[in-house]
Amino acid sequence: MKGNEALAEAAVRAGCKCYFGYPITPQTEISAYMAKRMPRCGGVFLQAESEIAAVNMVYGAAASGVRAMTSSSSPGISLKSEGISYIAGCDLPCVIVNVQRGGPGLGGIQPSQSDYYLATKAAGHGDFFMLVYAPSSVQEMADLASRAFDDADKYRMPAMILSDGLLGQMMEPVSFKDHENPPDNKEWACVGHKNKRPHNVINSLYLKPEELEASNIERFKKYDIVKKELHLAEEYLTEDADIIVTGYGAAARIARSAVNGARAEGIKAGLIRPITLWPFPEQAYAKAADTAKVFLDVEFSMGQMVDDIRLATSCRRPVRFFGRTGGVIPTTAEVLEQIRRIAKEELK
Amino acid sequence: MAVYKRPHSLLDVSMHFCPGCTHGIVHRLVCEVIDEMGIEGDTVGICPVGCSVTSYDYFGVDMIEAAHGRAPAVATGVKRSRPDKFVFTYQGDGDLAAIGTAETVHAATRGENITIIFINNTIYGMTGGQMAPTTLPGQVTQTTPFGRDPLTAGYPVRVCELLSTLTGTAYAERVAADSPAHIAAAKKAIRKGFEVQQNKQGFSIIEVLSTCPTNWGMTPVQAMERLRTEMIPYYPLGVYKDITAEK
Amino acid sequence: MMSEIQLAGFGGQGILFAGKVLAYCGMLADREVSWLPCYGPEMRGGTCNCSVCLSDEPIGSPVVESPDIIIVMNEPSFAKFIDTVKPGGYAFIDNTLVEAQNTRTDIHAFAVPATQLAGDNDLAGGANIILIGKLIKETGIISMDDIEAAIRKIVPAKKEKLIENNLKAIKIGYDY
Repeated sequence: MKGNEALAEAAVRAGCKCYFGYPITPQTEISAYMAKRMPRCGGVFLQAESEIAAVNMVYGAAASGVRAMTSSSSPGISLKSEGISYIAGCDLPCVIVNVQRGGPGLGGIQPSQSDYYLATKAAGHGDFFMLVYAPSSVQEMADLASRAFDDADKYRMPAMILSDGLLGQMMEPVSFKDHENPPDNKEWACVGHKNKRPHNVINSLYLKPEELEASNIERFKKYDIVKKELHLAEEYLTEDADIIVTGYGAAARIARSAVNGARAEGIKAGLIRPITLWPFPEQAYAKAADTAKVFLDVEFSMGQMVDDIRLATSCRRPVRFFGRTGGVIPTTAEVLEQIRRIAKEELK
Repeated sequence: MAVYKRPHSLLDVSMHFCPGCTHGIVHRLVCEVIDEMGIEGDTVGICPVGCSVTSYDYFGVDMIEAAHGRAPAVATGVKRSRPDKFVFTYQGDGDLAAIGTAETVHAATRGENITIIFINNTIYGMTGGQMAPTTLPGQVTQTTPFGRDPLTAGYPVRVCELLSTLTGTAYAERVAADSPAHIAAAKKAIRKGFEVQQNKQGFSIIEVLSTCPTNWGMTPVQAMERLRTEMIPYYPLGVYKDITAEK
Repeated sequence: MMSEIQLAGFGGQGILFAGKVLAYCGMLADREVSWLPCYGPEMRGGTCNCSVCLSDEPIGSPVVESPDIIIVMNEPSFAKFIDTVKPGGYAFIDNTLVEAQNTRTDIHAFAVPATQLAGDNDLAGGANIILIGKLIKETGIISMDDIEAAIRKIVPAKKEKLIENNLKAIKIGYDY
């Protein structure tokens, strides 16, 4: 199964009732899959007139209490920013999938990781964050989609699956786990009050600055809880590693191959692969910084995650960067060469 | 003798609208229809951005505040996930016919089973009186200080005429909120829109010609006069589409 | 053990399908597999390629840089990939469509007139699978049982004729 299809199937199994999409390469398989799948399970598939409309349909569906999802690729996510901000401002749960391609502008259609900042720091206007998950395999495309729905509901916030064209398009075996779907009983949802309760209002407008401030402070208290509870990372051969190679998603696969290559040459390299990008799994990096000497960040971008690694390690160790951008995929050989160079020049 | 009172679904709070503004009238008409149809507990409303942005404080039904222009998309999300609920949007001319044109046209062409209450007062009210897509030729606003010149600022959009060409539009009527007779007709039209939705017949829009004395720089009485003498000739009242009448 | 396979040709020659067949075979043999297509304008009749990894270990990078095996079905693909093959690796070349000759002596190269054979045997569009038949014979990385099961799995059961044709194509390639 393709990564995009695995994600779509997992979403349906996780109780996604409404999917709103708009075609854009390389994520269109998600729409195509949902178009076939949703009618068969009583769900809603709708191709919207724009990415903006699609995310606002998600907003409506989420406000009425159902699990809803939209997907796009980088340029389309820019358009969705408006809706994402409203959804966050209303504390609504939903899942947004970004199968990244190269940018800025129309950019290209090949795999890229150039939306890290957008996803983790600047998903729209205003003081807010969303949960960000970075799958690294087709299996994880499925598993994290499922998890994203649960966590989004638990914390009442939007969640993004930050994937890329490589993971979306590639096929690997995948197995789907049983998923217990939640009851349809969100007490805050706009479903008609049946004359049994005061009317519900889903709103992000606060004309009094003090009220808006209070609402933002309240939301950030929630973020503190999320940061404590949710920070996922895979650590591979890190315990005795001098060089920690790190990268998320598809880049981590290449980094892992390079780490194996380095170990075969006797270089003590290890890998940290963040699975949640917001919250950033600072703990794994802080721990590794106690023993490792150098970090090497590998991305399909100009180095958007470097700052977070520096913060997580309190700048105790140098953080080097190697990346290819614009849709060019770094090769294992290129990353291995970087590891060798660091081993030679920076390790005594 | 019937005693005139506040509709149950209209909350008992004072509104922020300017003196002479017709928003209050239209709010009341919507709530009277909701009460009469007995659907208060099964209705979800979507507010726009504009003067009626805080309508969630006035309508006693479950309410969602949309981004500027996106109310028809939000309404689509609600209606598709809860097809048994009544879903309406309440939108002004800037919201519906400028920034939200795509959402409006596509909700209509999909035959989305929702009802839009469209307030046309030929101006952006909340931001202080700029040109709207419906501003009349020659009309002075903050951003057309010498009067709207169609050569540079284009022509006004006639929304009901536009949407009536779409197969998905089930009902489109233009009414006015100026006189008792017109207001009675407006209420009938709003009821018709909700009934079309009740019968799952598709997209309905009621355009209400309204006033904005503050930003027009007029007294309420002068504003009503302008609505009659300038707006109605450009925006003729009437039913533009009614699939229930086509047999 | 890890086998990295690159398949390339024109859109419409069944390159992606052939790759899927190989990936399924790997799955049926309980190996780790990945299938990575090129995508974009290539889908509309241009050149097209995909890479398949079959491995006994979890697959790191699914991007194939120096393949153990290539299947090439047009001239540009031959030119692009022939020099990337690992020494000791295999190249399967449809020489109905590729006129250029392999000059490398450090790889096992097999020229099969697959498109011609497909036409002669009333198997239009089966050249891709004929080359897979040859690949099975020469490399032994896939068993005949698995290939048959994979084809039965991928091709819808109601297209029985298509299944038969694919199995026939495998045999033609295997016996060539």
